[in-house]
Amino acid sequence: MLITCPYCGPRDVIEFTYQGDANRARPDLHSTDQAEWNAYTYDRVNTLADHAEYWQHSGGCRAHLKLVRSTLTHAISSVEFARPHAGHKPSSRRKPGAST
Amino acid sequence: MAEYSVFSLLRNAFSATPDWKPAWRKPDPKPEYDVVIVGGGGHGLSTAYYLAKEHGITNVAVVERGWLGQGNIGRNTTMIRSNYLLPQNQHFYEHSMKLWENLSHDLNYNVMFSQRGCLNLANSTSQLDDFARRGNAMRHVGIDAELMTPQQIKAFLPALDLNIGGRFPVYGGMIQRRAGTARHDAVAWGYARGADRRGVDLLENCEVTGFLRDGDRIAGVTTTRGEIRAKKVAVAVAGHTGQLMKMAGIDRLPIESHVLQAFVSEGLKPFMDTVVTFGAGHLYVTQSDKGGMVFGGDIDGYNTYAQRGNLPIVEDVMSELAAMFPGLSRVRLLRSWGGIMDMSMDGSPIITAGPLPGMYLNAGWCYGGFKATPASGWCFAWTIARDEPHPYNAAFTLDRFHRGLVIDEKGQGSTPRLH
Repeated sequence: MLITCPYCGPRDVIEFTYQGDANRARPDLHSTDQAEWNAYTYDRVNTLADHAEYWQHSGGCRAHLKLVRSTLTHAISSVEFARPHAGHKPSSRRKPGAST
Repeated sequence: MAEYSVFSLLRNAFSATPDWKPAWRKPDPKPEYDVVIVGGGGHGLSTAYYLAKEHGITNVAVVERGWLGQGNIGRNTTMIRSNYLLPQNQHFYEHSMKLWENLSHDLNYNVMFSQRGCLNLANSTSQLDDFARRGNAMRHVGIDAELMTPQQIKAFLPALDLNIGGRFPVYGGMIQRRAGTARHDAVAWGYARGADRRGVDLLENCEVTGFLRDGDRIAGVTTTRGEIRAKKVAVAVAGHTGQLMKMAGIDRLPIESHVLQAFVSEGLKPFMDTVVTFGAGHLYVTQSDKGGMVFGGDIDGYNTYAQRGNLPIVEDVMSELAAMFPGLSRVRLLRSWGGIMDMSMDGSPIITAGPLPGMYLNAGWCYGGFKATPASGWCFAWTIARDEPHPYNAAFTLDRFHRGLVIDEKGQGSTPRLH
């Protein structure tokens, strides 16, 4: 199985680490809704065919990626960076204009 | 159908075997049954057998999309053990072991259960401590376990490299001597024949395409051989639980489907007479009665329904086998295969009434379903017949994940990829 990293190009799957199902959204970190957190932690869609999932190019550029891969054929139909999908908001503690 | 006996063997040995009949009938589906079991694998067939034998419920159909034993019952490494730490698992798997010990007699069918032992190697002192703890927990409830020193292991298993490649010295191990292997296809055939003889209809080439409803209640299944109504519908379909539940309108479960590969080498002369596991990595190996080394390791590690694996795990498993047994490094591989596993989020199974009214679910076997076959069917049959779990499977509910009652044998948290 080859995964085409947007930075590094096509690389063998052994360079990558699977990070699981991308079909679930982490609840707001301040949420105390137990059912919501339980569902996020345990429940999976377990898709047959095209499956959205996270991988990290841990043996290469270390970028986090979001793939759409067929669970029947392993064919990968899209690869993109995970960041826009991760739902992280900038910390409110950070001062406006401070450098990262 | 005739009992198998020494006399029937002798009679047929000296004739053109006119008495041998097919082991089960090929009936057409009836319009309605008391219980329809979806899935003609080991767990579905044993459920049907125990429903008939233990509870007298014989108006039962087993619906299988292919042929009986097509799935994971025929694609596993055949190992049987009950060396568990947590009480819920201990009682369940020990019940399974006791059923195994009498299974050939009970079924009048030789499942070739061979109590050749299962030795877990400890490759660190802390791992040995952990085995001591687990062994003590087992002995505390009456399950056999023994710690072995490296010297005892050397005498027991001379082919083993006690340094395992120089990197993972063996500090000792834990053996369960009653553990072993069985002939996996014979288990399916024996249960099928036993269920058939008690009146269960085994419907092959009959794929479930949907569920019939009566209000909120599941009232049967639609299949490629027509509608079959049932008072109770039981689901035992291993890796495809998620897909079947989607037909019933349940789109999320605490389960992911993964592929587990296994391998068989060419046949060898007697080389080892036990099951042995490599604790520092993850490998389990035994020698079949035909002589082939049968072994497996990790799952591939990402969701898949493809019944084949990828090469990195092949390399990983081979390297661990060659490190444990350098003498096997040039043995040729005969074949490999991949089965689809229901990986539950705590590594333990689900045997429960529900999740919908009129439905019963048997799922989430991760990669330990084969050894559970007798107790799984026995407990599932109890649950279906009495609408309540037996104490052996009372903890294996579907809602345990949301109630904080997970049965996390390995203490690894909610991941389906490590168990």
